Amino acid sequence: MNACVIVFPGSNCDRDVKVALEAVSGRPVRMVWHGDATVPACDLIVLPGGFAYGDYLRCGAMAAHSPIMRDVVAKAKAGTPVLGICNGFQVLTEAGLLPGVLMRNASLKFVCKDVHLKVEQTDTPFTHCYAKGEVVRIPVAHGDGNYFADAAALDRLEGNGQVVFRYVDEAGNATPEANPNGAQRNIAGICDERRRVLGMMPHPERLFEPMLGGVDGRRLFESLVERLAA
Amino acid sequence: MKARIKITLKNGVLDPQGKAIQHALASLGFTGVDDVRQGKYIEVDLAEVDEGRAREQVERICKDLLANTVIENYAYELVR
Repeated sequence: MNACVIVFPGSNCDRDVKVALEAVSGRPVRMVWHGDATVPACDLIVLPGGFAYGDYLRCGAMAAHSPIMRDVVAKAKAGTPVLGICNGFQVLTEAGLLPGVLMRNASLKFVCKDVHLKVEQTDTPFTHCYAKGEVVRIPVAHGDGNYFADAAALDRLEGNGQVVFRYVDEAGNATPEANPNGAQRNIAGICDERRRVLGMMPHPERLFEPMLGGVDGRRLFESLVERLAA
Repeated sequence: MKARIKITLKNGVLDPQGKAIQHALASLGFTGVDDVRQGKYIEVDLAEVDEGRAREQVERICKDLLANTVIENYAYELVR
């Protein structure tokens, strides 16, 4: 695997995801500055968590128009897998690579805690090491994670199997209480129609080894390493 | 030419900040406030002097960056 992490001014999980990717893959990960014009040849692009451009205007809006994003969009359209975590998910929606938008949490509070997720789809390069329907524990840390799309767009996502992660309780039920931010239909992560672009609010890089208190995030990186091993 | 741009949430999109303001107004004793919706107001100074071309430019500015048309509407007026 040969991964690039895009660094925006205000990214703050860029090194965390680099550490996780390098630990799982054993391969160096390249950091790419947002002002660059092209992403070096790679087989995975990661948009990390953080607060790119201080969330000015709307979270992800300014970053989506960074110089590097033109090439990220081009490479995504050409088939390079792209993973957006938290702020990276917001950037992906603003850049038009994923449908919908992440709005202010319904509670108006920043939410920082472990949540339970149901892995709804395992036929993606990001999730094939999980079991379909499995419940995992991964932390969230965001103020704008309230996924919104209109009913027709949501039905399309569900119909195409593009809802990859859903907030659930420990038993796997998608209840309002298990929803940390008011997201429509408890959506925590979605992929594009080709299943090459994944955006998710939870942070798998924060629980990828026992020292961090859990390992449920690790299989996301293992899925990528296995799929992109060549 | 100056564009005065208002960006508002579409009908049906939940506005928790507007709700919080409404509750704050109620707790301050303002009665009869049925609803509050929060938006953005942005002024853009344009070099363009032709109104038609200025409108085209402002439309693109709104669609490309200032508004997310999944959840927001925009409206603007041009003033000299």
